[in-house]
Amino acid sequence: MSDIKWNITLKIYRQKENEPSHYQDFFIEVDPDEYVLDAIERVWAFQDRTLVFRHACHHSTCGACGMRVDGVEKLTCITSIRSVTKDGATLKVEPLRNFPVVSDLAVNMGSLYARMETVKARSILPITEAEIETPKSEWNNTDDQYIRLSDCIECGLCISACPSAATSPTYLGPAVLAGAQANGNPIDPSLVKLLDSEDGLWRCHSAFECTAVCPSNVDPGRRIMNLRTQVISDNFHKLFHKTQGKTDE
Amino acid sequence: MSKTNTNQPSPKNILSWFNPIGKQTGGLAFILNRVTAIGLTLYLYVHLIVLGQLANGPEAYDGFVSLMNHPIIIFGELLIVAAGIMHGLNGVRIILTTFGIGVTHQKLQFYILMGIALIVILIFAVRMFNA
Repeated sequence: MSDIKWNITLKIYRQKENEPSHYQDFFIEVDPDEYVLDAIERVWAFQDRTLVFRHACHHSTCGACGMRVDGVEKLTCITSIRSVTKDGATLKVEPLRNFPVVSDLAVNMGSLYARMETVKARSILPITEAEIETPKSEWNNTDDQYIRLSDCIECGLCISACPSAATSPTYLGPAVLAGAQANGNPIDPSLVKLLDSEDGLWRCHSAFECTAVCPSNVDPGRRIMNLRTQVISDNFHKLFHKTQGKTDE
Repeated sequence: MSKTNTNQPSPKNILSWFNPIGKQTGGLAFILNRVTAIGLTLYLYVHLIVLGQLANGPEAYDGFVSLMNHPIIIFGELLIVAAGIMHGLNGVRIILTTFGIGVTHQKLQFYILMGIALIVILIFAVRMFNA
């Protein structure tokens, strides 16, 4: 922290149930080395107690404070004010896209959590499964005793940033596909139909915005491409074996 | 005041695809691919209209085609060439990443391919305006 003080305007998205949305300006003095979440909390504490937003851990572990800061998805607890604005400027803060707004900056992320369960995404996994492209056959079983938390903190930034998720309500989304990929190679047979579908892997249009905004190094874009490679490879094998079977007949 | 928010996924959000604010390299490539695709599709219709002039006889067609020598029309044709080259090379990047090739270097792939596109477009520009 420094002794320097900046005066900034937080332009915050406001919406209450059944009311039209609008932006409200809050003038605030900040230390530029504070985080955006700190500024939002100060607005709530000293200017408007009706402001609603989600937060918990303040150290990028819970994934609750994801918002759009000047149009870019950020975890506000680790986004320094200095990195996104300057003294005297206006900083726009909006809720994540592609999730229904509960109130102001808080969104309902139930669809993400439900889909993560559908693809059996795990929150804890052996450390050997950390390598994205390593197939199960090459996992070192002796390392299974060392477990780790999954990188994905289910913050939803990737789904907010994804252009395909914006236009398709039934698309699984980057975090969910990455969760499915983290189950290992080969793909869980019960998930193949879901993943190899219009609303699965093939809805992704390779914008890689998910990877760009991910605060936790999950690299959903790379995982989606890895799943695609697996699916294409499996489908080629099936085709080859079918063709071979017919030839043998 | 705006209307009640529509913060949920919907095909109606398709215009958001073209908003470059906050987009990074992959997102800009995504926008470029869509803009060039729309341009090429619209050109297809213009092309069919031009060919349709053949139905009005050789004079009508020749008269229409003589307009094609106007610098503005040549510039328009250059835009079509540029759109085709950029769309095609961007498509190469998507094919490569889909097959797991260079996924972690997709930004670099984009810059290299667009560099190639720029060189080819410049060559086309020189040849078209000097023809």
